[in-house]
Amino acid sequence: MADLFDGYSLGQQWDEMFSAPGQPRSPYTGLFSSLQPMSGEELAARADVLSQTYRDAGVTFAHAGEEQPFPLDIVPRVIGHEEWAVIERGVAQRVRALEAFLADVYGAGEVFADRVVPRSVVTTSAHFHRAAHGLVPPNGVRVHVSGIDLVRDEAGDFRVLEDNLRSPSGVSYVITNRAAMSSVLPELFGDHRVQPVAEYPGRLLAALKASAPTGVVDPTVVLLTPGVYNSAYFEHALLARQMGVELVEGRDLVCSGGQVSMRTTDGQQRVDVIYRRIDDEFLDPVHFRSDSVIGCAGVVNAARAGRVTIANAVGNGVADDKLLYTWVPDLIRYHLGEEPILKNADTYRLDEPDTVEWVLASLDQLVLKPVDGSGGKGIVIGPRADQRTLEELAVKVRASPRDWIAQKPIGLSTSPTLINGRIAPRHVDLRPFAVNDGTDVWVLPGGLTRVALPEGELVVNSSQGGGSKDTWVISPPRPSLEPVPEHDVTRIEFTTADLPAEPPAQDPGPPNDNALAQSQQQQQAGPLQGPAASRRVAGGRGSSQC
Amino acid sequence: MLSRIAESLFWIGRYVERADDTARILDVHTQRLVEDPWIDEQRACANLLALMGAPCEPAEADTERVLATLAFDRTSPSSITGALSAARENARGAREVLSAEIWESLNVTHNALPQQRTMARRYGPHSLFRFVRERSAMVFGLADATMSRDESWLFLILGRSLERVDMTSRMLSTRVLAGDAAPSWTLVLRSTGAYEPYLRTYRGAVNSSRAAEFLLLDRLFPRSVFAALEQAEGCLAELERANVREGHRIGVAGEAHRIVGRARTMLEFMQTDEILAGLPTRLDELQRTCSAASEAVTNRFFTEQAPQIWVPEGAV
Repeated sequence: MADLFDGYSLGQQWDEMFSAPGQPRSPYTGLFSSLQPMSGEELAARADVLSQTYRDAGVTFAHAGEEQPFPLDIVPRVIGHEEWAVIERGVAQRVRALEAFLADVYGAGEVFADRVVPRSVVTTSAHFHRAAHGLVPPNGVRVHVSGIDLVRDEAGDFRVLEDNLRSPSGVSYVITNRAAMSSVLPELFGDHRVQPVAEYPGRLLAALKASAPTGVVDPTVVLLTPGVYNSAYFEHALLARQMGVELVEGRDLVCSGGQVSMRTTDGQQRVDVIYRRIDDEFLDPVHFRSDSVIGCAGVVNAARAGRVTIANAVGNGVADDKLLYTWVPDLIRYHLGEEPILKNADTYRLDEPDTVEWVLASLDQLVLKPVDGSGGKGIVIGPRADQRTLEELAVKVRASPRDWIAQKPIGLSTSPTLINGRIAPRHVDLRPFAVNDGTDVWVLPGGLTRVALPEGELVVNSSQGGGSKDTWVISPPRPSLEPVPEHDVTRIEFTTADLPAEPPAQDPGPPNDNALAQSQQQQQAGPLQGPAASRRVAGGRGSSQC
Repeated sequence: MLSRIAESLFWIGRYVERADDTARILDVHTQRLVEDPWIDEQRACANLLALMGAPCEPAEADTERVLATLAFDRTSPSSITGALSAARENARGAREVLSAEIWESLNVTHNALPQQRTMARRYGPHSLFRFVRERSAMVFGLADATMSRDESWLFLILGRSLERVDMTSRMLSTRVLAGDAAPSWTLVLRSTGAYEPYLRTYRGAVNSSRAAEFLLLDRLFPRSVFAALEQAEGCLAELERANVREGHRIGVAGEAHRIVGRARTMLEFMQTDEILAGLPTRLDELQRTCSAASEAVTNRFFTEQAPQIWVPEGAV
């Protein structure tokens, strides 16, 4: 019998689902046995329904100015709970270290004095903003939301590819992917205990409220979007709706006297926390690009005056710079005194002439990334590049080595993906999202798995034609004492044995009153119905006589 | 709520109602061309276009032109397609306030338009009109079932009511102004969906002054001019309630409320004969009332300064 996974080839890379042909890894056994009996046609038909729900709901990603449905692959990615525990701790550790580093950079600068990171790395970064120096957020949090990009190497270990501490996007797809999958393939969920993702907006709102200026009792949170033409507009709208906060554009905000307000139909209303999804450069024309019309003039000064909180904080970009990335393991040791739980990818800084020469000589075996690039732009994958690209790259690298880092190529793990009615391996990464509320770093179970749909493609970014997968984190089995308290509660509610034989004598009032009121209502309702009905009959007769 | 969002909701109400009413008008118009053997197609089309604010040379007017302008023109918000796209664009900017179902309904409608166009070209436009009527009913039905009765609801309904006043008075004008190329009163009633309620109310044959009276003054039929004005007034009164509490004791709080209220009282307290005698002027007034009211609403609730441009010191 032809089965769905026939002809699924395993390459050099780690495969998420199979350890050997036909041998699913343990988190995948349930999924494998549910999917295997399905035919390719049936799965493809379900996939059509899936993409139709996305078109109807307008789950889109704007790519090159066009609104496009965001492709969701029908085969979920599964992460076992032990594996997830490592990711969870590793991501939280990284966020705490970067948080401490940012506080230091925009404060005392001890990390430079202790020679852990050269000061020049920070001051030459395009995302280092003097305007943020000395600006201490109310609860000390600068990285309210972060997305740490992970990939799995050939040995099956997760490694960090980059940190996103400014405004990482994609979390809305995590939420909608789950909702769509559970409506199209409900039976797959039956055999698994998948950790839910729907609490993210609530966690985010709580974290944003916790970061409000001191003394504000019930803070007003807004989400600042660049507008409907932004590529992630769908996400901004979804988060605003699910958090129940206003989605504002720059023109809705006004800042005067150090206070930010929004223009409403009832006049101006105070704003306490701005969850902004606008880049630093466009946020405030007073301090940054003066030609920005999507920001709000004066908002940074208001934040400095402690009247409004900007989340994520201004200037975070200095810590997710790709050059600084190479120092993050040192930062974890320096700030937290811990060993990094998640390793970096093997990366070379081009700060020594020898290294530059070596990199230039082996460009065809390395991946070169521009330090300031995002969204997969400008990355050159040496083994796949043609001669001309490499020559052009060599010129650029020689001209300004500070702008580049070099990495050994990682054979990104593959995951089974539905392509033209057949299951085929495609490369995936993982972006877990972390929310820091000042007391705890919470990591959303799962995160966004992005999949590169063209065969062999390694860049999974959604602006480069990538899709996504629903990502399941399997819950650990509950400890065995779990059913006892719940069971007790129901037993009390439904057992008559526990009730007193007779109601207490001194309290006969409420039931009697109630009964009286009910009987009065019934009496009143009776006579009322009569006349109303007869009036209707009379009216009908009257008009027919006319 | 945010002024920008309020404005979007107001316009969603207007655009969806406009698409609905335009579809009704066109449906009746195209049916008439088929069913009435004595009709002068050119004049009927020219009249309709003039009335809907898209006049053209009488010689060029034909059904093709009418449909191209009022049904399929993607760029003009006066056509069905254009209005629905504009409604969807507005909804896109107000997604966090609209319920997900309303957004989805508008989005699905918008996505289905190209296919509906093709179908209309192949099998005649009736299916498109039906589709539009059903989809707008769905939008307002979902609004009714899923929106809180807060400001967002009031702005949506305000927009719908004002548009309805405008469109119903235009439909009346088709009959009153067009002379012998005019549609019969039966058709006018049918295009507003008022034919059956009218028959039940008056128990008899269609009579011109009664039909006009019904569409203009009936208190109970929701598409009548009077009912729509009253609803708009109710929304405005509710929206301005805060001002009334703050001690505004003379007259009404807002300009829009005054304009709408005056039009409503004119209809309410003028003698029916008097209104009918000067019907063309009255209808014209009503249409102007609508645009004045819409403008006043914009000034009162949606005014928004142009984005501030920041000029740093020494840059000049």
